[in-house]
Amino acid sequence: MTSTTSGPEGSGPTELTGLTASELAAKITAGEVSAEEVTRAHLDRIEAVEPDVHAFLHVNGQEALEAARRADEDRANGRAASPLAGVPLALKDVFTTTDMPTTCGSRMLEDWTPPYDSTVAGRLREAGVVILGKTNMDEFAMGSSTENSAFGPTHNPWDLERVPGGSGGGSSAALAAFEAPLAIGTDTGGSIRQPAAVTGTVGVKPTYGGVSRYGLVAFSSSLDQAGPCGRTVLDAAMLHEVIAGHDRMDSTSIDAPVPQVTAAAREGAAGDLRGMRVGVVREFAGEGYQRGVLDSFNAAVDTLTSLGAEVVEVSCPHFEYALGAYYLIAPSECSSNLARFDAMRYGLRVGDDGEHNTEEVMSLTREQGFGAEVKRRIMLGTYALSSGYYDAYYGQAQKVRTLISRDFASAFEQVDVLVSPTTPTTAFRIGERADDPMAMYLADLCTIPSNLAGNASMSVPSGVSAEDGLPVGLQIMAPAMADDRLYRVGAAYETARDAASGSSLVDRIPQLEVAR
Amino acid sequence: MTAVAEIMDYDEVLRNFDPVLGLEVHVELSTATKMFCGCANEFGAEPNTRVCPVCLGMPGALPVVNGTAVESAIRIGLALNCQVAEWCRFARKNYFYPDMPKNFQTSQYDEPIVFDGHLDVVLDDGETFRVGIERAHMEEDTGKSSHVGGAAGRIHGAEHSLLDYNRAGVPLIEIVTKPITDAGERAPEVARAYVTALRDLLRSMGVSDVRMDQGSLRCDANVSLTPKGSTRFGTRTETKNVNSFRSIERAVRFEMRRHAALLNEGAEIVQETRHFDESSGETSSGRRKEEAEDYRYFPEPDLVPIAPSRDWVEQLRGTLPEMPWERRRRAQEQWELSDEELRDLVNAGALDLIAATVDAGASPSEARSWWVAYLTQRANERGGELASLPITPEQVARVIELVNEGKLTHKLARQVVDGVLDGRGGPDEVIAADELEVVSDDSSLQAAVDEALAAQPDAAEKIRGGKVQAAGAIVGAVMKATQGQADAKRVRELVLAACGQQ
Amino acid sequence: MSTISRDEVAHLAGLARLAVSEEELEKFSGQLDVILDAVARVGEVAADEIPPTSHAVPVTNVFRNDEVREGLSREQALRSAPATEENRFRVPRILNEEA
Ligand SMILES: [Mg+2]
Ligand SMILES: [Zn+2]
Repeated sequence: MTSTTSGPEGSGPTELTGLTASELAAKITAGEVSAEEVTRAHLDRIEAVEPDVHAFLHVNGQEALEAARRADEDRANGRAASPLAGVPLALKDVFTTTDMPTTCGSRMLEDWTPPYDSTVAGRLREAGVVILGKTNMDEFAMGSSTENSAFGPTHNPWDLERVPGGSGGGSSAALAAFEAPLAIGTDTGGSIRQPAAVTGTVGVKPTYGGVSRYGLVAFSSSLDQAGPCGRTVLDAAMLHEVIAGHDRMDSTSIDAPVPQVTAAAREGAAGDLRGMRVGVVREFAGEGYQRGVLDSFNAAVDTLTSLGAEVVEVSCPHFEYALGAYYLIAPSECSSNLARFDAMRYGLRVGDDGEHNTEEVMSLTREQGFGAEVKRRIMLGTYALSSGYYDAYYGQAQKVRTLISRDFASAFEQVDVLVSPTTPTTAFRIGERADDPMAMYLADLCTIPSNLAGNASMSVPSGVSAEDGLPVGLQIMAPAMADDRLYRVGAAYETARDAASGSSLVDRIPQLEVAR
Repeated sequence: MTAVAEIMDYDEVLRNFDPVLGLEVHVELSTATKMFCGCANEFGAEPNTRVCPVCLGMPGALPVVNGTAVESAIRIGLALNCQVAEWCRFARKNYFYPDMPKNFQTSQYDEPIVFDGHLDVVLDDGETFRVGIERAHMEEDTGKSSHVGGAAGRIHGAEHSLLDYNRAGVPLIEIVTKPITDAGERAPEVARAYVTALRDLLRSMGVSDVRMDQGSLRCDANVSLTPKGSTRFGTRTETKNVNSFRSIERAVRFEMRRHAALLNEGAEIVQETRHFDESSGETSSGRRKEEAEDYRYFPEPDLVPIAPSRDWVEQLRGTLPEMPWERRRRAQEQWELSDEELRDLVNAGALDLIAATVDAGASPSEARSWWVAYLTQRANERGGELASLPITPEQVARVIELVNEGKLTHKLARQVVDGVLDGRGGPDEVIAADELEVVSDDSSLQAAVDEALAAQPDAAEKIRGGKVQAAGAIVGAVMKATQGQADAKRVRELVLAACGQQ
Repeated sequence: MSTISRDEVAHLAGLARLAVSEEELEKFSGQLDVILDAVARVGEVAADEIPPTSHAVPVTNVFRNDEVREGLSREQALRSAPATEENRFRVPRILNEEA
């Protein structure tokens, strides 16, 4: 891969930061470059572009360099911890880490450094992956733009006036800005896939239960799922295998072998999809969808056909109710999950002046510690669960969940994977939907069904939209525990896309001004 | 709030009303670890030293169910003749309180693990009363708060409070009765007898310490009155904070009399929780239920459902020990007790202790005699129950064994038991420390016998002449000389032998 | 389906322990109304005979052995507490409403 050159008024990635994770891993393994050099290059890049992008909430250069040196030592001693040992990564600030704060983008946890590591962080460390820092996010993962972070928004490297998606906008922006070759996100209603789509990167929501949630600060427990993010499908696959697998600390974690996703990605890259049946979800098109998004999607479907896939149209009639079910289930669970932020044991405390009692201190703290979107969802969820409304709202939403799972089940009787646009539109402008919650919620229209049903789902870039030159994502959905199909189809598509356009999409990510 | 002006005479209550009781008992399981995390389930540890991210409700932490706690719940259900759910879930009960780290209690709501059973309770006169069991479900305990700045650590008037979360997450089983409608005048007694019987049952199963004084067994009593001739239940109150078996009876009786007085005046009963005051024997108003929280229960998404297979349930049924009522029947047969004797033993709380002492090798009559006579007296002196005496049935059996072997006289045996009760170790340790063992080796006794015979030549002469009853004086002298530590039977043999009578 | 009043929002805020301002009450009641109207559509399709789904993956009986696992030291447990005293978490006066 060629690296973009630095110009006087712009800054492209350096030779090292322009590489993919698999390329870096190969160079480190071959001894061509040390993990420490790779890490240093990314830390320099972070320093250069963060004033523009603001993808990170904390960068821990010291720890990162130490981890890199350990990876180098291990390699020198012939015992590299994993294929990704020494490769840097950006971790969403929703996972607990003992060496850095975990704020979830909230004032509530501004200074909180957890006394324990999340399983994901622990597995990354064991694999020798170098954690550069923690990335920005919508507060407690509630949002689709990363504007709801208490610590300021993240900017989309493709256009700094636009959002990088959310809630994991920090992770996807870090990838698009070449600050890290790998990142971890969490996806409750689309928070990995939608940011991936609008930043031209790859994001995967594994099967629910595929990656441990232990140490992932819960938003909506029955929907939350951690997953890998990268600039290529292969990179995401390699990271997927590091973080996935059974964990006894998470009762909902699946006790079964992890699908062979790296092998599937390599197989897919050969570009042969013969025998693969692909279903186009009929319901995800039409009104509300940007022209350029639909054009890009249709072109992607043509590409899949050209690779030998058998493409048919499939109907999932209950998907139109998914958004409603989601905005009842997720707020309900969040109203309960976030009750623990009460100023008693950790985090912010407001109004403890000897006058206010515990109940008042709790209320004052939660009023000041939470942002508007979090409060809105807590109240919505409190309402949906309250006696008298439970059956009409929460109960009905859970039935819709059943109907959506049935739609998926019958679709997967006909096809191996389903495809749709990841989002109805490209990245919108910062502030554009800030005061219109419903407009914001529509960004997750296509991604939510997979969360409700718990199946695996990926967003892979399908080029840029003609009208605005901004990236568009192709969503691929597979049955639960068939995550490998996503990687096979995604990698095949990615290879064909790059071949057709004559360059890799990541090479078209605009350079960032760093003249400050 | 209605002032409690008067209470009604108990007999008059019964002329006008039928009481309806509902009892909720919380039992802390004596598992090694907590309900949802691996922290030690231990009473009395240093504050906040039995905690982890899970039981502190830290962001990101997740619960995992303690399998042994589930087994205990099912076994308790089986012992209470309940059905075991084919499939059930945990639920979150949402309300804010600082002793609850997540601000929801992980509990069960409309899908309890066991339901629809009964417990047969023996009343003071030997009559059996059947109490219906609505359900028993699993949940977790809260932390403990202590209050600073108010009177005597009370919450009222305190300036601030301190929280220790060691108890947070300890497994609880909540056992709820069906409404008890036909107890009539015996309602207070039924309440006490039920909780006592439940305690005995749980103790024999070994699933809980069942100590009311330490809070491992807690009872809330719901009381309402139905006017004679009516079938509609009246408004109920829920009395909490009842810390002894006797208090349960007193609290129910008091609430019946208080309700009746109010109803008689045409006043309304306020649905509320009430607190029982041990010293006055009265209840006082707590939280009003009408403004109670809306708990917003929903299925716990972090825990998967529990679907106990029927094989597993049957296997657990096979692990149930002999039930107290079975043990009673067997004891009555084997020990040849009259109904009355059996009842006295049960009421004294001695039956299980005697049975355990017999199991440890003692004869039923000796075991009975120790527990009913000497130990009951000691328990009374200490103002506690027989079961809470710091001596085990095994230790009592050991003392009996030593007496039978001639190593202890009855007098010495009592000294040994007192030593054990004083916390000075087991019987053998007390004997060693105080050198209490009976002197029965012949060489040291022979000298004492010879000495006594020499000191009383008249008596010696009589014995030699065949008047063996005169040996008593010599034996007495030897016993005195050895300060009671000699084996009297052996002394007598030696005396007779020395005088040529054997 | 429903209109949510300002009073109801205030009640919800109380249940959720949020000391919302007057201004927020106004804003939230309007927004919650719009959201609820949109999501209430779930009532259109879900018939009685449809079982609800609470868990996406059909797994049951996940248990832990009853074995002690090392937890946090007291220092770790109390480290991020806003206030402590005598090795306990110190909290303001508690209203007398023990549940
Ligand atoms: Mg309860
Ligand atoms: Zn714990």
